[in-house]
Parts: sequence; structure tokens; C-alpha cells
Amino acid sequence: MIDFIRRSGRSGLDFCAAVGRASIFLLRAIVGLSLSGKGLKLLARQIYRVGVLSLIIIIVSGLFIGMVLGLQGYSILVDYGSEQAVGQMVALTLVRELGPVVTALLFAGRAGSALTAEIGLMKATEQLSSMEMMGVDPLKRVIAPRFWAGFISMPILAAIFSMVGIFGGMLISVDWLGVYDGAFWSNMQKAVEFNNDVINGMIKAVVFGWVCTWIAVFQGYDLVPTSEGISAATTKTVVYSSLSVLGLDFLLTAVMFGGI
Amino acid sequence: MYQRSMELVVGVFILLGALAMVFLALQVSGLSLDSQRATYKVYAQFDDLGGLNVRGRVSLAGVTIGRVNNVSLDKESYSALVELEIYTEVDNLSTDSVASIQTSGLLGDKYIAISVGADEEYLADGDTIFDTQSALNLEKLIGAFASGQADF
Repeated sequence: MIDFIRRSGRSGLDFCAAVGRASIFLLRAIVGLSLSGKGLKLLARQIYRVGVLSLIIIIVSGLFIGMVLGLQGYSILVDYGSEQAVGQMVALTLVRELGPVVTALLFAGRAGSALTAEIGLMKATEQLSSMEMMGVDPLKRVIAPRFWAGFISMPILAAIFSMVGIFGGMLISVDWLGVYDGAFWSNMQKAVEFNNDVINGMIKAVVFGWVCTWIAVFQGYDLVPTSEGISAATTKTVVYSSLSVLGLDFLLTAVMFGGI
Repeated sequence: MYQRSMELVVGVFILLGALAMVFLALQVSGLSLDSQRATYKVYAQFDDLGGLNVRGRVSLAGVTIGRVNNVSLDKESYSALVELEIYTEVDNLSTDSVASIQTSGLLGDKYIAISVGADEEYLADGDTIFDTQSALNLEKLIGAFASGQADF
């Protein structure tokens, strides 16, 4: 019994310490970005690796999710003779929910795990400590550009995802199933409001990008520097990111659309 | 050379994101750049709004000429006071115009339809439309019909 209390106390303290470390780490990473020429080059390189290389998976899955939404929406709505509403259904679903959420899940799997593994390997091979030896702050040189790259890339990827998804929905419902395209677009434009739907979706994407990158970079920086540690940290990154994205999505939706 | 082409790709990526945002704004949400059109305010009192919402359409002959800006209760007459914003280019609505609440389609949104009267004087900012018709309440209608009190 005593042993149980001792162990739970220890893990509670460990958890608090990890949250504290992660917060200090986040703060130093945010302010650590240098906007000089060299810093911007590093940032561009990370945006390339985190954002541009994720583009293919985002575009392909956006296209298919939009097409599935078009198909499902049509088959449900055609029963009520209101298949013109498929445009507003596809657009609202993508812009409000699926765009930010699915992008964040894919982003965590595609870019987050890579960030964790890369930083973890740097730590395991003592590249980070040798940087410190040379008087280079690894938080500024390695972490800050990666953090900001994820933070910048995520909303862009979510916007592209929604755009491609709506295009995919149009492809199916208008070109294949024969919904009148004027009604498709005008219903969509009537239903989607820029301030409420598009901006709120982008706010979600920004929050998710922040959380996913924070978890990925911190897990890499804080892992046990062994091969097992790297694999455990990579798994943790994907699991924690996915769970916090889905949980946060509920909270944000409740605040934005729940009318609280 | 490698660095340069990579910067190019990153630039294209950012521009693609901007393009997607513009697409979402203009094509998907139909945000028109002239949404801040000049308007003047006109008031109208209704017995029953029947689900008319703020930001509802005000239309004349089917063309949108303004929107519902505010809905409140007039405590003295126990009726609903609706504040309408009409575009200033539509400045020739006669003072005896009729405002009626109608439904677009069978289950669509409620909107206010204006039909113009014959008066020579025109509504100005702050004026009130006196001649109004409330929303057609489908349930009341069915109730009246079912109890045999229908008078139409």
C-alpha cells in the first residue's frame, strides 16, 4: 500500500516536471527563432521538409475524402430530392471539421514522427551536446526552426486540404452524378460564412499545428537516447498528437459552434 | 543551387496556401468584396416573426436589397420590432410599401419581401413601414383547418 502511494506520487511528480520542462522548452523555442538571413534559410529548409514534402499525402487524401463525401452525401440527399445541398454539406464538413482534423492527424504521422526521430537521433549520437560544446544553442539552431516550420505549414496544409476536398466533391457530384453546378456552388456560398466557418477552421488548424509540433519536437528532445527510446518516443508522438488533436477538436467545436 | 531551388519550392508552397485561402474565401464562402455597402435603416413591426432571423434577406421582386439587422420586442404593443438595413441605391421605396415575412421554398429560410405602394413620398433613414404581414404559421393554419374554423 505504501509502495503504491509512493509510486503514484512519483509518477505524478514526474508528470508535473515533464509538463514544466515542455512549457519552458516551448517558450525558449518560440523566442529562439532568429530572423537573420541564416535563420530564415534554416526555417525555409524545415518548411520544405515539414510542409512541402507532406503536400502529396495531403492532396491525395483530401481528394479522396472529398470524393467520398460527395458520394455519400449524394446518396443520402437524393432520397429527399435535395441533392443540390451536397455542395454545402461537403464544404461545411471539410472547412469546419475534416480539413483541420484529418490534416493534423496526417501531419502528426507524416511530419511529427519524422521530427521526433530526427531530433532523437541527434540526441542519441550526441550531436546536440557537441553543438552546446561549440557554443551553439541547439534550441536556436535545431529546435526553433523546426517548431516554427510546423506552426506555419499546418494551416497552409489544412487550407489546401479543404480546397482539394471541395474540388473532389465537385468532381463526383457535378461531373459524375449530374448535380447542377450552379446550385452546387450557390448553395455552398449561401451556407458557408467566411467569419464563422473558414476563419474558425483556420484557428483550429493553427492550434493543432502548434500542439502537434510541440509534442513532436519535445518528445524528440526529451527522449532516452537509445534506439528503444527513439522508437518509444516516435510512437508517443503519434499517439499523443492524435489524442490531443481529437480532444481539442471537441473543445474548440463546443466553443465555436456549440453556442456556449 | 540546391538551396535556391528549395527556397523556390517553399515559396510556391506558401503561395499555394494563400491561393487555397482565397479560394475558400471567394468561391466557397462567397465573400464579396463589396459586402460593406452603404445602407439606411427602416423599421417594421410584426405580430409574429415565425422564425425570421437576424441577417435574413430583405428582397424586392426576388432581388436582395438589404438585410435584417436587429430583432427586438416592442414592450408597449407586444409586437416584434425589426430593424432593416436597405442598400442606399434603393432609395425609392414608397412610404406605403408592404413588408411581409415569407418562406423561400417549403422549408427554407424566412425572409422579408417588400412590395412597393403608390405613394409619391419615399422611405428615408429611420422611417417605419406600417403595413406589414406576419409570417404564415403553418401549424396555426393546420389547427384552424382541422377544427373547421378555417375562413379562407
